[in-house]
Amino acid sequence: MKQTKNPSELQEICKRVRRHVIEMTGAAKSGHPGGSLSAAEIVVTLFYDVMKHDPARPQWEDRDRFILSKGHACPVLYSVMAECGYTPLDQLNTLRKLGSIYQGHPDRRFIPALESSTGSLGQGLSIGLGMGLAAKLDGKDFRTYVLLGDGEIQEGQIWEAAMFASFHEVDNVVAIVDYNRIQLDGFVKDIMELEPLADKWRAFGWHVIEANGHDIPALQAAFAEASTVKGKPTVIIAHTIKGKGVSFMENNPKYHGVAPSAEEVAAALKELQ
Amino acid sequence: MAAKTKFELKMGMSTREAFGKTLVEVGKKNPNVVALDADLSKSTMTHWFAKEFPDRFFECGIAEANMVSIAGGLAAAGKIPFAASFSCFLLNKTFEQLRVSAAYPGFNVKVVGTHSGISIGEDGPSQMSVEEISLACSLPGFVVLAPADEVATAALVEAAAEHVGPVFLRAGRPKVPVVYTPGQKFEIGKAVELIEGGDVTLIANGMMVAEAIRAADLLDAEGVSARVIDIHTVKPLDREAIAKAASETGAIVVAEEHLADAGLGVRVAQVVTETAPCAMEFVGVRDTYAESGSTDGLLDKYGLRGGDIAAAARRALARKR
Repeated sequence: MKQTKNPSELQEICKRVRRHVIEMTGAAKSGHPGGSLSAAEIVVTLFYDVMKHDPARPQWEDRDRFILSKGHACPVLYSVMAECGYTPLDQLNTLRKLGSIYQGHPDRRFIPALESSTGSLGQGLSIGLGMGLAAKLDGKDFRTYVLLGDGEIQEGQIWEAAMFASFHEVDNVVAIVDYNRIQLDGFVKDIMELEPLADKWRAFGWHVIEANGHDIPALQAAFAEASTVKGKPTVIIAHTIKGKGVSFMENNPKYHGVAPSAEEVAAALKELQ
Repeated sequence: MAAKTKFELKMGMSTREAFGKTLVEVGKKNPNVVALDADLSKSTMTHWFAKEFPDRFFECGIAEANMVSIAGGLAAAGKIPFAASFSCFLLNKTFEQLRVSAAYPGFNVKVVGTHSGISIGEDGPSQMSVEEISLACSLPGFVVLAPADEVATAALVEAAAEHVGPVFLRAGRPKVPVVYTPGQKFEIGKAVELIEGGDVTLIANGMMVAEAIRAADLLDAEGVSARVIDIHTVKPLDREAIAKAASETGAIVVAEEHLADAGLGVRVAQVVTETAPCAMEFVGVRDTYAESGSTDGLLDKYGLRGGDIAAAARRALARKR
């Protein structure tokens, strides 16, 4: 794969990834398109620019790690990993089918290049901290990125991990909150409000960066800033739009966990030309 | 192994102390071994490891779920983490983390639960653990160990560190009798026959092994020849030893310091019904939570003594075909 810092090239990749997300969830007739579309720029920027990794050597010890703690958004991760060359592109539409490597939630028994199996919310940040601690023990400079859902951080374990990370100065782990403001049952503010979110992370001892999660240069700047922060962990609160890129899916709670119909797939792909 | 003689049971250290001491030795041998605790290191005895290897010990505070998932991440990056707490907190509070941050991804995590069973005594049921064998056995891929004494604990902690894959080891709070001589060999998944016998088999693990030996002595005085088997590995079970005992003695008693409905006994019964069905009896905590009290008082009241095992053996013998 060829990495790039060029925002328009990265944006082109995002468009391909969004098309994959629509096609694969449409083919599966189930899955989580909304939170996959909101995270496209975040995941693409990490894999295609920020992270040090090599699809030809998925077990390379010095690679940077990425954990999709909001495991239900796996269509975006599968799409990016397939684009990178980790897994077959032409099998993406087997998502959720018996025997597919593209399981309903990330499963490293089927894709060993996944850093962990996820899907039960709240655990990815802690797993990432374990990887960060191991890097420090071994004197390695790899970094670990953990993508959290906004609804996910209602889980208590996230805040156990947040306390641990600052107390133990795990500064080689970066958390990203995909702050699309929608969870399964509706809008986050109506289910269990998170605000003041930045203040919460600051109070737990984290360096906080807020950014537009669809603005690639802003994300690049945020990741660059995170890499310079020493002695404390960094969280990037990425303000995003659920369903981003498909007009009728944007900011619509329905598409948290409902796949597009055949007609909706066609309409969405037209918008993603 | 041993000839059938009256065992003299001398008091040794607790299995948690044996775990703590062995963890230091394991840490000296393998620099990848690390330890985590959740504000109980002076009780689980990981504080000895923390003193010896401060950089390889992670105090997680009272946050067991985070601790277990961090252990998963450490293992994913090549470390051999031992995460310790009381069994009740470790298995009950973090069952979900053991499932998704250890068992399901197949990470090489070792979890050690101390203060298991009801023998912790005065602290009472909120700190006791009578269900964790059942929970640990419900985690696919986990090895589940319940050593009887300091010799077994030392050997099995070393075996756990060498085994690639998740392991749960059950340890206890009180000092327990030493049933093994130093140098006894242990292998994960291989039961140990402590006393030969042909009339009935007494199967036990943990501190109940010593009680089974006492029961064998009681039965011997009545002219009953009881075989005693220590099943220190609850998962994977030594099916061969169980099937052999069932077919050769035709009567089995299983004794455990755990809910009798959900632990070693039911797992042994599964193997017996699949191989050589025979009369069986079960000694353990009946469907209840215990209470505060002295260790001895609790073991007497809840029927976890050699005398209880011997009585169960007599019942099984009466039904033996």
